[in-house]
Amino acid sequence: MLEVHDLAGRRGHADLFAGVDFRVPAGGAVVVTGPNGTGKTTLLRMLAGLSAPAAGEIRLKGHKVAPFAPELRAAVAYAGHLPALKDELTAEENLSSLVRLAGGTAGPDAMRSALDRVALGRRRSLPARVLSAGQRRRIGLARLALLERPVWILDEPVTALDAAGIGLLATLVHDHLDRGGAAVLATHQALGLEPSRVQSLVLGG
Amino acid sequence: MSGMALRSPAPAAFEAAAGRTADGALAGLRWAAARDLRLALRSRAELGVQLLFYVIVVALFPLSMTPERNLLATMGPGVLWVAALLASLLSLPRLFATDHADGTLEQIALSPYPLEALVAGKVLAHWLTTGLPVALLAPLLALQYYLDAGSVAVLVAGLLLGTPILSLLGAVGAALTLGLRGGGGSLLALLILPLYVPVLIFGAGAVDAARAGLGATANLSLLGAGLALALVGTPFAAAAAVRIALD
Repeated sequence: MLEVHDLAGRRGHADLFAGVDFRVPAGGAVVVTGPNGTGKTTLLRMLAGLSAPAAGEIRLKGHKVAPFAPELRAAVAYAGHLPALKDELTAEENLSSLVRLAGGTAGPDAMRSALDRVALGRRRSLPARVLSAGQRRRIGLARLALLERPVWILDEPVTALDAAGIGLLATLVHDHLDRGGAAVLATHQALGLEPSRVQSLVLGG
Repeated sequence: MSGMALRSPAPAAFEAAAGRTADGALAGLRWAAARDLRLALRSRAELGVQLLFYVIVVALFPLSMTPERNLLATMGPGVLWVAALLASLLSLPRLFATDHADGTLEQIALSPYPLEALVAGKVLAHWLTTGLPVALLAPLLALQYYLDAGSVAVLVAGLLLGTPILSLLGAVGAALTLGLRGGGGSLLALLILPLYVPVLIFGAGAVDAARAGLGATANLSLLGAGLALALVGTPFAAAAAVRIALD
């Protein structure tokens, strides 16, 4: 699904990593680990098409893709450090706004059931500013589930999630892989994903 | 709860999603405009402050000089235009900066909709919440400056043509100053005010020409041409600047 050849990353004048090669098959996941500052976020932003690699190339379904390429934008769901939520909008409005922005067609019923399943059903009419950090993360999980994108790029997805939230995330990722999706995750915490489907990539090792 | 699965779309859904091309420039524009308008309505106080600023700046000048009819009528159009520029400038830093800070700008840039269309939608919302009210308030404020009905009509027509240019050019400046420490507000002013000068000259000039009996058509036509040019060019420039800011 997603291939990376001889990728190098630079942040400012600092070389972060070079010669990174891996392949994420449909139904497989890559978990990126490594100490702080070794370029996990930089790598994930390149895969999402937000920044250009210093060297090397990224291929989606065999075709080389440039940053912000339309094929890449149509295929990738990216969840970064920042939750992309508006304090003024309710949980439901935030979710619907983000899903629409990504071209999603889920109706109000699908939105509600997605919010129910991340245990935010009863808080869907609260403005996002009164939600806790973990609850805000859960809106992001509901978004992922509604987007129908074959490639998930998740940067530190477990941040602020409680045990139940982490379990939910693992279930979501498993469902996604079962459907033939691919995922790249940067995380320090074991998610309990099936080892047979997961490759591990260590940066700065 | 952890065992609950979210409803899974069929595997074919992936193909459908990938095949759905970004045909929706209009849909993107509508999304951005509707969302920004909704956010603006949720923080009405902020909108009110901007308009109040415009009203007060315009009201200060007659208080600071001899209230002589002719002098005020001569100065009025210029003062109203300068205040309109400042009001537009005041709200510009928020155009992209809040979206940049909370991560929404990343999702906007990764949307399947063309970024240019999304940027244009944001500019449209900015104009509807700043430029349009400024133009609509102008006849009321013009009373202080003893402008006759004909001049007021030209003033409003000029503002309706000129304020969208301010929003469009301002979007490029706002996108270019993204990510600067301290919000880049003063740099934005330095960058964008010189570009506002032609709009100011033709806008205020239109009213002067009308008062002198020369007709405002030439000035208003130039503003119209400027608007057409800005509509075509600035969304691309602003979108490119947003992509650079995210890299």
